[in-house]
Amino acid sequence: MPDTSQLVERPQDDIAPGYTFGSVTDQIAAVVLTKRTPIFWFLCFGAGFGLLLLFLLAVAVLFIKGVGIWGIRTPVMWGFAITNFVWWIGIGHAGTLISAILLLLNQRWRNSINRFAEAMTLFAVACAGMFPVLHLGRPWLMYWLFPYPNTMGIQPQFRSPLVWDVFAVSTYATVSLLFWYVGLMPDLGTLRDRAKNRAGRMIYGIMSMGWRGSARHWSVYETATLLLAGLATPLVLSVHTVVSFDFTIAIVPGWHSTFFPPYFVAGAIYSGFAMVLALAIPLRKVYGLEGLITDKHLENSAKVMLATGLIVAYAYVMENFAAWYGGEVYEQAAFWHRLTGPYRYSYWALISCNIIAPQFLWFKRFRTNPLLLFISSIVVLVGMWLERFMIIVSSLAQDFLPSSWGIFHATRWDWATFLGTIGLFMFLFFLFIRLLPMISIFEVRTLLPQAKVKEEQG
Amino acid sequence: MSGIYGLIAEFDNPTALVKAARAAREKGYRKLDAFSPFPIEGLNDALHLHKNKLPLIVLVGGIVGGLTGYLLQYYITVISFPINIGGRPLHSWPSYIIITFELTILFGALSAVLGMLGLCGLPMPYHPVFNAPRFALASRNRFFLCIESADPLFDLAATGDFLRALEPHEVSEVAH
Repeated sequence: MPDTSQLVERPQDDIAPGYTFGSVTDQIAAVVLTKRTPIFWFLCFGAGFGLLLLFLLAVAVLFIKGVGIWGIRTPVMWGFAITNFVWWIGIGHAGTLISAILLLLNQRWRNSINRFAEAMTLFAVACAGMFPVLHLGRPWLMYWLFPYPNTMGIQPQFRSPLVWDVFAVSTYATVSLLFWYVGLMPDLGTLRDRAKNRAGRMIYGIMSMGWRGSARHWSVYETATLLLAGLATPLVLSVHTVVSFDFTIAIVPGWHSTFFPPYFVAGAIYSGFAMVLALAIPLRKVYGLEGLITDKHLENSAKVMLATGLIVAYAYVMENFAAWYGGEVYEQAAFWHRLTGPYRYSYWALISCNIIAPQFLWFKRFRTNPLLLFISSIVVLVGMWLERFMIIVSSLAQDFLPSSWGIFHATRWDWATFLGTIGLFMFLFFLFIRLLPMISIFEVRTLLPQAKVKEEQG
Repeated sequence: MSGIYGLIAEFDNPTALVKAARAAREKGYRKLDAFSPFPIEGLNDALHLHKNKLPLIVLVGGIVGGLTGYLLQYYITVISFPINIGGRPLHSWPSYIIITFELTILFGALSAVLGMLGLCGLPMPYHPVFNAPRFALASRNRFFLCIESADPLFDLAATGDFLRALEPHEVSEVAH
């Protein structure tokens, strides 16, 4: 019987052939439950921990001395902090795209990359969320951002995009966490049943909430997953739209533009898939997961990168065209300054990283080479950071009156805070790799040909 | 009869489980449940599990969230903390849209998760079915069908024979 089930047509090779329910479970669970941890893990976790300490130092100095330790000076008051905020939150978007939008589109290949992509979302949003708070000047008063009855008799301004952002980002963080946790529950049950020591059984048991794989539960669970995906899909598109409102609602030249929302969302998914590839390629190599995260996954992610990269390229072209064709002198000047002004090196670097470099992804030979894909994903991540830096800093540095222009110079504390959040991200991510299953075990089981119920027997 | 929770049969593959669940349902058993390491589409048919109240819960949650968002902003900007900026209307509904939307999603998602847990009766750290000897495999590669002793048709010998006739890997008693 099991032999004939192997003969059932396999419509798509989502994972390598030859896996069974047992071997899939064992391979993914072994990463967590094994006693042996690869050197690679210690190196990455150590690097993340080191940078995290740098972050704590930078934040401590910031709390003592104030935001003056950063390079933000009039007129560029939004330097690195907001650049990093937009960059990190954009990276998070790919995780939600994979977990929600690809689920609704029935793209089954997503099943083996959605878990760590969602974790990536969660940690990227955690890094992003800290920047606006640290940038407040008095971060300990951040609760003033929320409407609550207070003796000061004041309330947030609900007509401001900055308040919209508070609601959008905190909703995004909450919903991402819920979605991720709900997805983890059945796998936590698996870990509970397979843990060899009492502490493991207790901890995973409590976290799994007593999941027992009942058909009645699965039925409700699947409804819940679909509904959450349906809610997360408009949410993820709205979050970067609201982030772009921070810019477009203002009248600063280079910001005041109607096509920022789709342009920002495409850029977010672009950088997010670059991060997915940058994480997936080393992980599958070190943990021997090439059978589950196959070349097809890398190739599909590369295709999404290429498509969103082309949308971003189109946006760059249209941005310049609209500035020229609109005939508004300040707008024209803003774009001329980007192309030739003090920030021209950043501009042309971002054009090279975001438009020219990804054109290699047209070639299948390039898309199926993990090393080249890894390099190109890092290039895209750098390019997308430069794009946000460009939009924020160059527009503020030279706006209307030449007498009030000023150039932004990043200080070492700017860099320390930025590198520090990369450390925080790596720290959290590698902790997740070690303690929780990085691939959704139960969703991979459904990809196996044996999982199909043969109806003619009923 | 009161001594045990029920009888559980272990199967090797999802097809056998669906077949067994359908047979038990046709035989007249109602207090039965299946356990599998992943969701199986055919089981919902076999056990008549297609309807649940979750979509309704999420709809209500979303509507409550949307109303909360809108009314919160209306109350603050019009009644409790009005700011007159150049005579613009206080009830500026276009700028309320974003937060109304975000709270709709937030409340909808929270009610989806809490509703799911509520409908499943989770968290429930202890359940008698965990006493079944090989039940740890239900989260790995085995498929179980449990007929509870609370079912009016349950009879230790007859139900045991019925389950054994379905050619399971093993049939065992589940203690309370």
